[in-house]
Amino acid sequence: MPKHSYNPQAAVRAYLTVFSCLMGFTALTVAAAFVDLGPMNNVVAMAIAVTKAVLVAMIFMHLRGGSPLNVLWISSGIFGFMIMLAFPLLDLLSRNILGIPGK
Amino acid sequence: MQTSERKKPNYLNAEHTVASWLLTVDHKRIAILYLVSITLMFFIGGLMAGAIRTELLTPAGDLMSSDTYDKAFTLHGIVMVFFFLIPSIPATLGNFLVPLMIGAKDLAFPRLNLLSWYVYIVGATIGIVATVTGGLDTGWTLYTPYSTAYATTNVVLPAIGIFITGFSSILTGLNFIVTIHKMRAPGLTWFRLPLFIWAHYATSIVMVLATPVIAITVLMVVLDRGFGLGIFDPKAGGDPVLFQHLFWFYSHPAVYIMILPAMGVISEVIPCFSKKRIFGYNFIAASSLSIAVIGFFVWGHHLFTTPQSMYAAMAFSIISFAVAVPSAVKTFNWAATMYKGSITFEAPMIYAFGFMGLFLVGGLTGLFLGALGLDLHVHDTYFVVAHFHYIMVGGAIMAYMAGLHFWWPKITGKMYPEGPAKAAALIIFVGFNLTFFPQFLAGYAGMPRRYHYYPPEFQIFNVLSTAGASILGFGYLLPLCYLLWSLRHGREAGPNPWGATGLEWMIDSPPPPHNFDTTPVVNWEPYDYPAAHRDAAKDAVPEAASV
Amino acid sequence: MSEIASRLQHHFADEEQQYDAATFGMWVFLVTEIMFFGGLLMTYVVYRTTFPQVFAEASHHLNIYLGTFNTIVLIGSSLTMAMAVHSARLNHRNALAGYLVLTMILGSVFLGVKSYEYAHKWHEGLFPGNFFYDGPDAVHQRLFFSVYFALTGLHAAHMIIGIGIMAVMLRMTLKNSFDENWYTPVELTGLYWHFVDLVWIFLFPLLYLIERHG
Repeated sequence: MPKHSYNPQAAVRAYLTVFSCLMGFTALTVAAAFVDLGPMNNVVAMAIAVTKAVLVAMIFMHLRGGSPLNVLWISSGIFGFMIMLAFPLLDLLSRNILGIPGK
Repeated sequence: MQTSERKKPNYLNAEHTVASWLLTVDHKRIAILYLVSITLMFFIGGLMAGAIRTELLTPAGDLMSSDTYDKAFTLHGIVMVFFFLIPSIPATLGNFLVPLMIGAKDLAFPRLNLLSWYVYIVGATIGIVATVTGGLDTGWTLYTPYSTAYATTNVVLPAIGIFITGFSSILTGLNFIVTIHKMRAPGLTWFRLPLFIWAHYATSIVMVLATPVIAITVLMVVLDRGFGLGIFDPKAGGDPVLFQHLFWFYSHPAVYIMILPAMGVISEVIPCFSKKRIFGYNFIAASSLSIAVIGFFVWGHHLFTTPQSMYAAMAFSIISFAVAVPSAVKTFNWAATMYKGSITFEAPMIYAFGFMGLFLVGGLTGLFLGALGLDLHVHDTYFVVAHFHYIMVGGAIMAYMAGLHFWWPKITGKMYPEGPAKAAALIIFVGFNLTFFPQFLAGYAGMPRRYHYYPPEFQIFNVLSTAGASILGFGYLLPLCYLLWSLRHGREAGPNPWGATGLEWMIDSPPPPHNFDTTPVVNWEPYDYPAAHRDAAKDAVPEAASV
Repeated sequence: MSEIASRLQHHFADEEQQYDAATFGMWVFLVTEIMFFGGLLMTYVVYRTTFPQVFAEASHHLNIYLGTFNTIVLIGSSLTMAMAVHSARLNHRNALAGYLVLTMILGSVFLGVKSYEYAHKWHEGLFPGNFFYDGPDAVHQRLFFSVYFALTGLHAAHMIIGIGIMAVMLRMTLKNSFDENWYTPVELTGLYWHFVDLVWIFLFPLLYLIERHG
């Protein structure tokens, strides 16, 4: 069992704060989708999603204050996903770059 | 000593009912369950290999039709890769030894461990039943769009079998990771762990990160076939190369799921039979982790002949060369461990020598295939077939046999007969080389893999190969016979027949149901060989008891 | 005290080790889930990079109001789940049961809206097995909907499993199985449910919010 002290009032306050932040970010991301920012639209949407995800992981899932091992492993999962994303994209974006089929 | 040992219950005789086996949560009994099931799978896969080799004896297809031949090599591949090699060392030796080596009473999640065996059995049964009844002719690689849109054979069921078996592998890896992190005995720091544990930790990383990807990939194939999703079908705008990316993202690291535990076994066997501390402990440990990590960056070398871009191919090629470095680090360290050691040639050591030679050939020919230009020449030929059999059979299975013999006294309490075991090790080594070395030559001369008929000029290679396969098959039957024989007639092994270090050798053979009566406290360095050797002559349990 | 001791499985040294092992195991499991969804997300990214315009147009067939509503519902369920774990930690049995029920209701609302959306897509002919949409570039639009249904379907399957697990937790709560010293299953259910929420946090902008201007 987690032996460290637990402050119930502070915890509930943190949960409610995170919830209102998540609501705010949801409104923001929907609003941002209707503004033409060019390629920045994706960047903004993903930046907001990552922020929301970090909030959920840190507070709701108690990643903050938990074992550093959990952070290490979840980072390795994200790293693995990034590898899986990076190489097929490298492949896709540099295909036929010389104008010769298959080169 | 002898009489008191007989009275103490061990994990084998503590309970006798069938339910006590099928509902056990003891990691040692689950290891036995796995051992029996994967041995069965090995002989099913081996039977198919025999059928393939017999068919290829002559250039014409006179034993079976082309369709049957396609189904035979697909069944051979699927059974050997997914149902034998992936669980082979981790699920049997790993399951048995990981808690023993770290001084734990069980894996962290014993019920999850049992679940993983049931998941494996369900998956393997579906896979086998589907491939035997309907048959599958896509090859074990399930390449799209053939598997999704054109194959008329049974794709969905074997795919579901692979999907389910994947979860067994994930659960095993997850269990090992948590166990190694959280369950180590007091004083057993990371750099006092046996290298077998490091190897299994690295393997578990690959199992946990890569296996879910094959699960989602075969799920997409099933959805594609069942609901016409068209994700991998060019007609529907999909990209078949994307399938190959996803497939090899798992299936290349899967090779490391097979070979890393094998390297762990070799790292235990060689110091024991050289009676010498392992050379370069830190480097071997670190090279296990770096093989696991770099292994995730190299999958594109399976795609050199696809429309994969030149730049991606160059990156994959360079990194493929890089992964040879940690493998070579290990090989050099094993050689250096033997240097000036007092080497004895018991059967596990002969298998370990076999491993090193065959892994060296398999690894070096891997560099040929990682080279962009040469790969175009030998892609999809018997050169590739020979290369990966040198790694998987010559590497992984040789090490599996080494480990099985090395820990057989611990697992069963009985010694195997040394003479037949040495003979079998040599027969397997000779048979293996005769089977697969001619395939390098056939492949380099241009004989493509997976072909039913071939031009007559390749017949000499195939005759040699089939002759070797018969010797190899005979070699694999020998251990089955004498190991079973030893269960009844083998001599009592005692706690530490080899004079080996490691916590597993400090308890009785077979181990008691809960492994350690009192949790050991470790205050010594690993592979403390000369000292352990001296003590083993007098009594096991030397320093541990005094702590 | 004896009751607590009985929950300590024989192979652990103490409860802290048992608790640490369980939560760490759950995080490693979530890593496998990242990779599981990751394979599909990678497929999405590759096709969206290949057909950016088609994906934007196809995404406009999705109902942004329902998507936003569902996002709010799911984030709300994450809050109630966090409160459930909080109540378990303080051993407030009735509050724990209440929050679990609330989370299950919110999860069911999400699934209800989702099935309404699915039915609507079926009638519009945008369902992969029932595809008769014939607008511009229909072939590649179909690809978007294949990926959309695979991603949201997998997510929905995870939610159904989550609601099932919560039913078990509710039963255990009502049978007084938890106290402030042992509520690990509730904690792990929470981690799982928050992860399902996390996946949706990414799916929502990726599927519903592509170039809504224009």
